[in-house]
Amino acid sequence: MTTTTASDITGTRRRGTGSRTTFWLGSVGLVGVVVLILLGFFAAPADDDQVDAVRMIFIHVPVAMLTYVAFSLTAVGSVLWLWKRSIWWDTVALSAAEVGVMFCGLTLFTGSIWGRPTWGTYWDWGDVRLVTTMILFLIMVGYLAVRSLDGDSATLATRAAVIGIIGAVNIPIVNRSVTWWSSRRTLHQKSSLTDGNLEDLTLFTMMFGLVVFSILMLWMMIHRFRISWLERQVSEGNLSEALIARRAEAMVAVETGRVGGAIQPELGRQPDKGGFGEVEDSK
Amino acid sequence: MTHLGYLLVGWGVTLGVVGLYAVSLIRRGRDLVGQVPADRSRWMTTGVDKT
Amino acid sequence: MLTDARLVAAKDLRIEMRSKVTVSQVVPFAGLVLVMFGFALDANRPTLDLATSGLFWVTVLFVAVMAVQRSTAIETTDGARRALLLAGVEPSAVFMGKAAAVAVQLLAVELVLIGGIIVLYDASIEEPLLLVATCVTATAGIAAAGTLLGALVAGVRARETVLPILLLPVLAPVLLGATRAFDDALGAVAVNGWSWLAMLVGFTVINVAFGVTAYGVLLEET
Repeated sequence: MTTTTASDITGTRRRGTGSRTTFWLGSVGLVGVVVLILLGFFAAPADDDQVDAVRMIFIHVPVAMLTYVAFSLTAVGSVLWLWKRSIWWDTVALSAAEVGVMFCGLTLFTGSIWGRPTWGTYWDWGDVRLVTTMILFLIMVGYLAVRSLDGDSATLATRAAVIGIIGAVNIPIVNRSVTWWSSRRTLHQKSSLTDGNLEDLTLFTMMFGLVVFSILMLWMMIHRFRISWLERQVSEGNLSEALIARRAEAMVAVETGRVGGAIQPELGRQPDKGGFGEVEDSK
Repeated sequence: MTHLGYLLVGWGVTLGVVGLYAVSLIRRGRDLVGQVPADRSRWMTTGVDKT
Repeated sequence: MLTDARLVAAKDLRIEMRSKVTVSQVVPFAGLVLVMFGFALDANRPTLDLATSGLFWVTVLFVAVMAVQRSTAIETTDGARRALLLAGVEPSAVFMGKAAAVAVQLLAVELVLIGGIIVLYDASIEEPLLLVATCVTATAGIAAAGTLLGALVAGVRARETVLPILLLPVLAPVLLGATRAFDDALGAVAVNGWSWLAMLVGFTVINVAFGVTAYGVLLEET
């Protein structure tokens, strides 16, 4: 997963978005995945009812929980962007949304795959959590769609932030409505965690899975954050290069215009415009 | 082991998707880092929250 | 603020009236959708009876997407949005006004659609009060969420495709709630429509409140 080696990081030239922290996070995450596979497939016992299908719990539950963590981060980041204009939080919101949409898709996928042998169906319209998660997934896909539009980064951040918050404020109402709608039947077990139905080792493996996927999520979010940061630098770099170029052009025009006299004032205004643009961009 | 097909698909797709995403992240990072001068590619320390 | 909102709503509605698009295109479109659903379900009476309320609200959502798109287009052309701000109109008043205008158009279309389902789908109205209350509440919620998201995609080149992607998932609870309430009002399915109406009220209140607070941010941004 991490192809960055330690020598890359200690070297003077960065070769990617890796760092010492992500190198170790990635390494621990990789080892964790291997251990999780061993625990999940060989150490944990089969369930009385679900037999071996229960082994899906070790990825489904952690990924589902982290989906909601990620989308909460998006909502928090969106609020803080609108409130404090914090680029840091805006970037966190974007990173969390991207990782969250992936996890949400995987939650739905692993849930269906698990549902088929245990409930006898891939998809059930009567299940609250399933349908709520689907709607949330669709809203957050919209969030990413807005992020991928072209336009000024601050404008896009604001627009996306509004969706991030709409997603969050509508979740209770979506959940409520689906609960009533499907009150006839809900397939999800109430909570395997609290009713003590799970074997100790099964519970431990699930918790271990949560830790492993948290580490992976952190690793991905850090990398995603740094990519956004670099993208911002690139676009700002291009912008300031363009400004410098235009200013140089204008200077030349002013110098030559000085001979003509008449066109000078109008051309002379151009560097000013560039200057204002720059002030706005760095704001 | 029962339901092995379901388990392999579920685990395989999950780990596969996460792995592919991770690889794509590293790729994008490598591409981008070359376009940014070294002194400005340091996230966290410069200008992140200076707005 | 209410006066401003009324002015904005009147302005939008006047533009719509003059363009005659609602009458000459949106209403026929809604009728067309009803007929198409009739074909799709093979004009099977028992199926149609059960599906009537769902089809009604799906049609309303389609029309809502169109109405919001038009409502947004009014502000994006000729920098009308900036002019509104310069005129000193509160963003929240603009939001209320535009949402009200969209709601009025939707209600007009719903009126025609109700006639449509009575004639084409042989629906009978058993609880008129619930029917009207559901229409008004759900429409207010749709208009509020729609107006906010419409402002969000204003000026974007791909807005025709982006708006439905954003709006339809957000409106999913309305589709659920209004359909169940209609099931009761039309006597198609034995459910308690009034508790669904309460849910719709919740949706509408949340989305109007959020729209009033967030609209200004979007308006200033573009």
